[in-house]
Amino acid sequence: MAAITPQYSRSNINSQKFALWVAIAAMIMMFGSLTSAYVVRRAAGNWFEFKLPDLFFINTVVILLSSVTIQLSYRAFKQGKEQQYKGLLIATFVLGMAFVIMQYMGWEALNAIGATFTINPSSSFIYVISGLHAAHVLGGMLALTVALVHAYYLPFKATIRRQQRFELVVQYWHFVDVLWVYLIFFFTIQS
Amino acid sequence: MAHVISAAETLEETLTQELGFNDHFHEHHHGDKFQSNFLTHYIFSTDHKMIARQFLITGIFWAFIGAAMSIIFRLQLGFPEADLVWLKPLLGKWIQVNAAGIGKLDPEFYYSLVTMHGTILVFFVLTAGLSGTFSNLLIPLQVGARDMASPLLNAFSYWAFFLAGVVMFLSLFLSTGPFSGGWTAYPPLSALPQASEGSGAGMTMWIVSMALFVVSALLGGINYITTVLNLRTKGMNMWRMPLTMWAFFVTAVLGVLSFPVLFSGLLLLMFDRGLGTSFYLSEIVVGGQVLDRIGGSPILYQHLFWFLGHPEVYIIILPAMGIVSEVMSVHARKPIFGYRAMVFSILAIGFLSFIVWAHHMFMSGVNPFISNFFVIFTLIIAVPSAVKVFNWITTIYGSNFRFNSASLFSIGFVSMFISGGLTGIFLGNSAIDIQLHDTYFIVAHFHIVMGIAAFFGMFAGIYHWFPKMFGRFMNETLGKVHFWGTLIGAYAIFWPMHYTGMAGVPRRYYDAGASFDAFRHFTDLNKFITVAAIVVFFLQVLFIINFFYSIFSGRKMTSKNPWGANTLEWTTPIETGHGNWPGNIPTVQRWAYDYGKDGKEFIPQYVPLGENEHDHGNH
Ligand code: HEM
Ligand SMILES: [Cu+2]
Repeated sequence: MAAITPQYSRSNINSQKFALWVAIAAMIMMFGSLTSAYVVRRAAGNWFEFKLPDLFFINTVVILLSSVTIQLSYRAFKQGKEQQYKGLLIATFVLGMAFVIMQYMGWEALNAIGATFTINPSSSFIYVISGLHAAHVLGGMLALTVALVHAYYLPFKATIRRQQRFELVVQYWHFVDVLWVYLIFFFTIQS
Repeated sequence: MAHVISAAETLEETLTQELGFNDHFHEHHHGDKFQSNFLTHYIFSTDHKMIARQFLITGIFWAFIGAAMSIIFRLQLGFPEADLVWLKPLLGKWIQVNAAGIGKLDPEFYYSLVTMHGTILVFFVLTAGLSGTFSNLLIPLQVGARDMASPLLNAFSYWAFFLAGVVMFLSLFLSTGPFSGGWTAYPPLSALPQASEGSGAGMTMWIVSMALFVVSALLGGINYITTVLNLRTKGMNMWRMPLTMWAFFVTAVLGVLSFPVLFSGLLLLMFDRGLGTSFYLSEIVVGGQVLDRIGGSPILYQHLFWFLGHPEVYIIILPAMGIVSEVMSVHARKPIFGYRAMVFSILAIGFLSFIVWAHHMFMSGVNPFISNFFVIFTLIIAVPSAVKVFNWITTIYGSNFRFNSASLFSIGFVSMFISGGLTGIFLGNSAIDIQLHDTYFIVAHFHIVMGIAAFFGMFAGIYHWFPKMFGRFMNETLGKVHFWGTLIGAYAIFWPMHYTGMAGVPRRYYDAGASFDAFRHFTDLNKFITVAAIVVFFLQVLFIINFFYSIFSGRKMTSKNPWGANTLEWTTPIETGHGNWPGNIPTVQRWAYDYGKDGKEFIPQYVPLGENEHDHGNH
């Protein structure tokens, strides 16, 4: 790309970070609209009730834990503790993977109790919303992969540029985490 | 590129050297070596100015297709008895030839044409072609940035739009035809592939295309917002921004907040179509066969669609409003009247546009008590809209108005916006809407207020910024013919529709209600509308000819600032390279509307405030 990067920036916020926040606003609207659709549809009756699989709740702990590990990894990065930074990054990745796999198992458990994908919108919504969320987690893992490549292939140097990039991943990861907490809370008070 | 700037020749150059912001552009600038070959310069460019031109030309392509479609279905509506065999080479099997050798437009294809016309014009032309073009062209230039926050994502935004277009275009050639259930794609027609011919592959491609379009709109919007908020040059505080910037900024915010909701709606629709869920379907019989899909609600889709759909109409009109404010002020040689009121009304319109969506659903069976809520907010939108109209009129009032193609279109915009806005107030009353819903009154309302008005804003922008885009001027005589013809022609098309609509003629019918005795006396009126539409169509062809002819052979631009405008885009060289300013970025010292002040015709934004001079950008 032509090097057009150096620009005068008005605020102290880096533009990429700001762009991420705007993108997060868009994602909030998407999930917000789906959960509103859920509420509207539920109010119309003919609603099949069932219990959420326990796995979903256990998974909440998993993803919360992964937020802790990535934050600690970020701190280690800033403090120049290379080993800790790398190890915690891997731990985050593993926890993320565990989350997605366990979500899948959660869907299987739902299916097993008869709350299938097509039986009633009440269950369809659960699959669609949690599936879309899992897709966002997978997106986060893609970003984590890039961060891991940086960690293992670039010589360790806590430059501002790298710190900013890492921060983008961290913030996105926290977002998908908080998003899941919102969703599980929403499903729990709704059902 | 030569770096050393020799002795400054003009005031502007002196000021930019002395006060300009030096971001070490040259030291970091590896030439435009990545931009140098044809492919990377014209096709895979990351320069916002090139991307703007790509959006514009793609938009013109789609406008031509969409308009041509409307001529075909207008022929059917105005002259239902006519022999359309001559269209057979173009439309093939969609012209059915009967035993007597008379060619008729296939009714299924009529629906496809109406649907495609709406989708193409609303999304591809008036969203991508309008906001995409001018946000890209003007945001970096007017806020004083070298490019968008992320030039790469910006290019992706164009290419996602391009791909959306390819998919939609291919769907026109399906043997079952493109989607035919209306641009709003309500279920069940959109949710059941077996519901109609166009509901099968045509609808699948429609969804894929729209999903790509949402991606394009989001990537673009994220960039516009970030650029406006983060990359303004020194001195450009928000209150010094030209109204174009405010309009594009709020447009982008609306897009980022509402397109994801459409995406959700389409996602659920995809599951209903492909995987057997019933979000939108309940107790349906298709072709005598009872489906086992129960529990869904088609109204749910309408909520999700119109939650985007209403902001979408403002996504279309706000950029036009911004362009009109700027063009009008420049050519009136007067500051825009009530700058702050203009900004606040843009913000108010943006906010209100999110809480009025159900006025499209008064007749869909939503609770009438809930309707009251939406009636009130809908009518409140008239207030900021009226503020804007008064301010435009006051800006023209008592000015030394320069009448040229650009400024005429900006006045035409105001006329159209008033006419169409007034009918909106009729429709906003849920009781009156019982009679008017889904009639030609609606068609008249939104074509005038959104279709024609937004096109006028776009034309004003094209004539005004054509020199900036192509270094040449468009032909003024053709431009004026284009303006007067289109103004009169557009009213000739849509004014009569108010009457047919009030009489109850339903929209979207294959024969415009001619098979109902009550509507038979409108036959001549329908013929008249069709003739006017054909005339207007050829006037637009004239515009397209003028446009492309002028790119290559128009009158050349010889000075940087031909209109005597204050904004920063006119401080860049005539041949503006990637990065916009060869040296320092000018800094901003004042607001954008110092026209006719202190005995000077105009005072550009880079000129420092005089002593005791009032700064409009800093209250
Ligand atoms: C004073 C402002 C306005 C009011 C009160 C208003 C009100 C309404 C109402 C109530 C309807 C629904 C009618 C029905 O379907 O029965 C409607 C339809 C529509 N309006 Fe407006 N409107 C206003 C301005 C605008 C503007 C500025 C635009 C676009 C730039 C616009 C675009 C549309 C469109 C596209 C439709 C029809 C959509 C469809 O059914 O296909 N309106 N308007
Ligand atoms: Cu509306």
